[in-house]
Amino acid sequence: MSAAARRRSVYDWMPAALGIGTVVVFFAALEGLIQAGLINRFIVPPPSEIIGSFGRVLTEEHVVSRFFFTLGECFVAGVMITVFGVAGGVLLYRYKLLQQAVETWVAALAAAPVVLAYPLFMVIFGRSAWTIIMIGFVAALSPVVLKTLEGLSGTRKVLINVGKSFNLTGSQQFWKIMFPAALPTMFVGVRLGLIFALINIVGVEFLINYGGLGQLINDLAERYDLPGTYAAICFVILVSVVFFMFLEKAERWLRPVD
Amino acid sequence: MAETGRLTRTAPAAPMFSPVTLLRVAIILAFLAGWELLSRSGWLYRDVVPSWLAIGKALADLLLHADYYFNLGVTAGEIAAALAIGGVSGLAVGIVLGSNRFLAKAYEPYLYYLGPTPKIIFFPIMIMWFGVGPGSKIALGVLSCFFPVALSAAAGMRQIDKVLIKVGKSFRANTWQTVWKIYLPAMRHPIINGIRLGLGVALIGTLLAETKLSNKGIGFLIIQAYSVFDMPRMYAMLIVLFVLAIGANALVGRLGGLHTIRR
Repeated sequence: MSAAARRRSVYDWMPAALGIGTVVVFFAALEGLIQAGLINRFIVPPPSEIIGSFGRVLTEEHVVSRFFFTLGECFVAGVMITVFGVAGGVLLYRYKLLQQAVETWVAALAAAPVVLAYPLFMVIFGRSAWTIIMIGFVAALSPVVLKTLEGLSGTRKVLINVGKSFNLTGSQQFWKIMFPAALPTMFVGVRLGLIFALINIVGVEFLINYGGLGQLINDLAERYDLPGTYAAICFVILVSVVFFMFLEKAERWLRPVD
Repeated sequence: MAETGRLTRTAPAAPMFSPVTLLRVAIILAFLAGWELLSRSGWLYRDVVPSWLAIGKALADLLLHADYYFNLGVTAGEIAAALAIGGVSGLAVGIVLGSNRFLAKAYEPYLYYLGPTPKIIFFPIMIMWFGVGPGSKIALGVLSCFFPVALSAAAGMRQIDKVLIKVGKSFRANTWQTVWKIYLPAMRHPIINGIRLGLGVALIGTLLAETKLSNKGIGFLIIQAYSVFDMPRMYAMLIVLFVLAIGANALVGRLGGLHTIRR
């Protein structure tokens, strides 16, 4: 290996090593400070205790079934935002007047703190999974609508002209030209929507103390099981990060060349 | 000189209302009428969909009550504190990461992947650290708004024209002068975008925390209205809250000159 290549490979792994090293040093310092009594262990449990409680939380608190419960809610919300969001985007693309009238409203819905209406959803749907799913759905709908509209509007003129030159019908033009061309942008919207849905679903589970992973954190916190609470929070962070990375990979697969 | 028809022809009178405006009005009226119909139909439990009259009365009652403004002030103060702390720390971290590729490669993935996690789950920890008062709500708001501001600032730093930085160096600007006179003006738009996102999530974080555990603030009023099943009041508060949130978001964008960006 040449000296330049070796330098390059060192430069590739050094930042990652620094990042991981910083995290390790931070937790080691925290452990030391707690063991020395400088930080109250009843407020911040030692990292060793948190790691030790992972197994207990996984087995005793039925984390796997809770995980699948939350995943199921995300799946239903995801199907709903895809179906209604894509249909809404197509509708706005098809009817320009409607698009001009409501596009700003849809964008405003994206900025609106919909999750704060969760007490209202509880009144309508009861303290059930539907409350959680519906909040995830409403909060995550607008990015899918807007990105579908953006994808369809951004279809290259040359592709549309090719369709016209083949005398395609309106339906053929949509399914064979417009839809495939807009699919990568639509998926960006679906990805954003799924992230919004997951955030809101776990958040509302925590707030209304119902369902999967969010409820687990609330349960453990109410029992004052601090190492368990911290371990459950770490688990939820891990799930979110893996979910986020998976969606990113799927998007890259769908959009190989930008 | 002969006048041409083109010059003398008067432009057709513009309609008083454009078709877009008419459609918007029609949609709003249809929504209001549908709501009222549903409210009077008895298909849903009483008060789940209250009549507009009841919501209007509750709205007027809310806005005329001094207690509401006290709670609004509490929440606004918490959000402002969260935005100030989270915004400044996010900006500082963003500038450091944006100006150093090595540090960015080391630490930015953590920010990038932790950013979209649901922040409300940290509330039990915040209560332990900062108590049940406004401190824990502010802390949750800080945690929520730190990530979008830091990531936007880091991305903004990388977009700065290198020529500007070289000009600063040629004038022998010190670090503070470079940040103040070159970095911040050059990355105004990404920062404002980050603050807009940060404001939105800080607002949500703070208010959700208030609904979970507090004895003052708008979140507390909302959950209080829910617990006594005062639905018109709850709708009225949500309407005001949505208007304020969307308005604040638009105001930050306007003050930051986002509408002047050429797309």
